[in-house]
Amino acid sequence: MKAAVIVFPGSNCDRDLKVALAQSMGRDPDMVWHGDSELPDTDLIAIPGGFSYGDYLRCGAMAANSPIMREVVRKAEAGTPVVAICNGFQIAMEAGILPGALLRNANQKFVCHDVDLLVTAENERFVGGYEQSQVVRFAVAHHDGNFYADAETLKELEGEGQVAFKYATASGEVTAEANPNGSMNNIAGIYNKAGNVLGLMPHPERMISEMLTGTDGKTFFDHLVHSIV
Amino acid sequence: MKARVYISLKNGVLDPQGKAISNSLHGLGFTAVGEVRQGKTIELDLADMAKDKAEEEVERMCQQLLANTVIENYTIELLD
Repeated sequence: MKAAVIVFPGSNCDRDLKVALAQSMGRDPDMVWHGDSELPDTDLIAIPGGFSYGDYLRCGAMAANSPIMREVVRKAEAGTPVVAICNGFQIAMEAGILPGALLRNANQKFVCHDVDLLVTAENERFVGGYEQSQVVRFAVAHHDGNFYADAETLKELEGEGQVAFKYATASGEVTAEANPNGSMNNIAGIYNKAGNVLGLMPHPERMISEMLTGTDGKTFFDHLVHSIV
Repeated sequence: MKARVYISLKNGVLDPQGKAISNSLHGLGFTAVGEVRQGKTIELDLADMAKDKAEEEVERMCQQLLANTVIENYTIELLD
């Protein structure tokens, strides 16, 4: 299996993602520079976190218009699996492959801590490694992760099983206290309609070994790789 | 030729920065202030061209990059 990690100026989780994917794949992913206009042959596209283009204008806005993203959008629409994390999630929305937007955190604070997430919808490829309604622990680190969608889109996401993860308590209750950023309905991650694109604010790549205080992210990548192979 | 683009959050979209500004103004004693919404202004220098053509160009810029129409409204002003 082959994977490609897209690298933008200002990405800072690209190497974490590389390590996480390499650990699960047994080989390094291709690191693809944003200025390239062609993707190598790949079975998975990963868009990493960070502060692409310094978050100028809007988080992800510049990156979404970089040359490589035309190719990423084309592949995503053709069904290639895409995982977009944190700033990658913002970029995927700005590029139009995921619905909604991510606003400034409601409490105005940069949030940086572990979060418990309820696995909300079934999607064999991305969350087949977990039990249904399992609570997993990833880490958030963002200033603009406040999920927003208009009422109609929100209804559709909830109704069509496109909500991937919700911020929850350790026992899986979706409460206001468990919501770190004011996201509508505690939404932490969503799928596109076809289910081949996952965007999420929390970082699974920061939970890939006991040394990093957790392995729920390792389970995520192990299963993702397994399901693609 | 210059163009000025005003970008604001749509009604109903939470604006925590606007809220913080409102709180600060209240702290300074400006009690008449109600809700505050923060936006941004982008000024563009444009090559000379017909006004309708310029408007069309800036409109396309807004759609493709300058504004996110999921959460933002924009208005365009052309200046000679």
